[in-house]
Amino acid sequence: MATEATKAAGQGGEAVGMPQLDFSTWPNQIFWLLVTLVVIYLLLTRIALPRIGAVLADRKGAITNDLAAAEELKQKALKAEKAYNEALAQARADAAKIVAEARAGIQKDLDAALAKADAQIAAKSAESEGRITEIRDGALAAVTEVAKDTAREIVAALGGKADARSVAAAVTARLKG
Amino acid sequence: MGANRVTTEGESSGFAIHPMDQFVIKPLFGGTEVYWYTVTNVTLWMAIAVLCIAGLLVLGTRRRAIIPSRTQSVAEMIYGFIYNMVEEVTGHDGVKYFPYVMTLFLFILFANLLGLVPTSFTTTSHVAVTVTLALMVFLGVTILGFIRNGIGFLSMFWVSSAPLAVRPILAVIEVISYFVRPVSHSIRLAGNLMAGHAVIKVIAGFASLAVVSPVVVGAVAAIYGLELLVAVVQAYVFTILTCVYLRDAVGGAHH
Amino acid sequence: MEGDIAEMGKFIGAGLATIGLGGAGIGVGHIAGNFLSGALRNPSAAPGQMANLFVGIAFAEALGIFSFLIALLLMFAV
Repeated sequence: MATEATKAAGQGGEAVGMPQLDFSTWPNQIFWLLVTLVVIYLLLTRIALPRIGAVLADRKGAITNDLAAAEELKQKALKAEKAYNEALAQARADAAKIVAEARAGIQKDLDAALAKADAQIAAKSAESEGRITEIRDGALAAVTEVAKDTAREIVAALGGKADARSVAAAVTARLKG
Repeated sequence: MGANRVTTEGESSGFAIHPMDQFVIKPLFGGTEVYWYTVTNVTLWMAIAVLCIAGLLVLGTRRRAIIPSRTQSVAEMIYGFIYNMVEEVTGHDGVKYFPYVMTLFLFILFANLLGLVPTSFTTTSHVAVTVTLALMVFLGVTILGFIRNGIGFLSMFWVSSAPLAVRPILAVIEVISYFVRPVSHSIRLAGNLMAGHAVIKVIAGFASLAVVSPVVVGAVAAIYGLELLVAVVQAYVFTILTCVYLRDAVGGAHH
Repeated sequence: MEGDIAEMGKFIGAGLATIGLGGAGIGVGHIAGNFLSGALRNPSAAPGQMANLFVGIAFAEALGIFSFLIALLLMFAV
């Protein structure tokens, strides 16, 4: 068997065959593999894994704390915003009230002033009305007087004898007609 | 079978570089015989893997920063990834086996990745290594299953949801598949890495023909990228299968 | 002469064994394709099934690796 294998390998090339199947090296490999695995296992369980686990836990804790703090701050901000909004609404309502009050006061004053002014205007116009009527009456009387005088003068100028009463009657009749 | 001496020399008639000689185990400090305690290239590359793991997970996290540095965040990412995997697959009871799963994952990941360093030695491409890893998982899961569930662990093979007539047949199949687990578990890892490295070496061997050498450079680069992916995925697959097997022992008979 | 025939049989056998890798390729492609079509229907459920995807691919691939292993055994070990 061994010679055959050697021959086959010899024709294949460098005559190493398959080193994997060279069982004389197996104890060596298995021994060193076990040593290696034990060393790695000890490295991991004694140092590396607890350390990495602790770091990861720390980080998780830090992140959780930060998130909680952030949540708290957010709640605070929300509260502050609510208070601000409430104060703002209150101020708005107050302002509206003040404006309404002022408007009502002004309206009242205005109404009073308007009424007073109206009354004054009414009084003035009544007075003016009276005087206009007076003037008109005066003017009418003057016109009648002028007409009577003019008529008498015209009659006298024409050589007639003017009876004052008949002239007046005639003028009056004419003015009416 | 397979009693080849690594030291056997033959006529080189095929490849200028043999695809398999990268897997040869050599003593580091002279001598030709490999005894169980001999310091070999296996020792060297496993030690480098340990140093890398220590550098990443111990030195990288030494500042215990709340805001992690780049190395520390990589370490934390691996930690979180494996921790979630164990918790998701095996359930809450499986979390106490997390350090063991983490050990397997880190060792396989770093062995795979270090194997991709040119002229390095890939420890996980050796069946001896992966069989040991898989047998540790297999024996561990079996013993743990019997400790936790007693004889009830055997009910895993008796599929109670199937009709009674087919249950014995299913039981035989389940038992066979249970015992094939360590085989596929180990051969998958070793086979993937061995195949990838051998393919790279075979293609690189064609570079001695000047005509095709530019193509070879591109092909080797492409396969190297694929092998990077394979290295990570195989570590992941080995780990998740460990978790799946662990679930059988931890989670009881239902699977 | 006898050895040469055995040699030939070994190479032929190794070549035939690699056909098994095609089966693994079909299997892996099937799993990945079905995963993708499922993931496109319900993208939100996809990340939770990544583990199952990889386990399925691993199981399918393991069988292909076995045939590769047999090829290697024929080439180098028998």
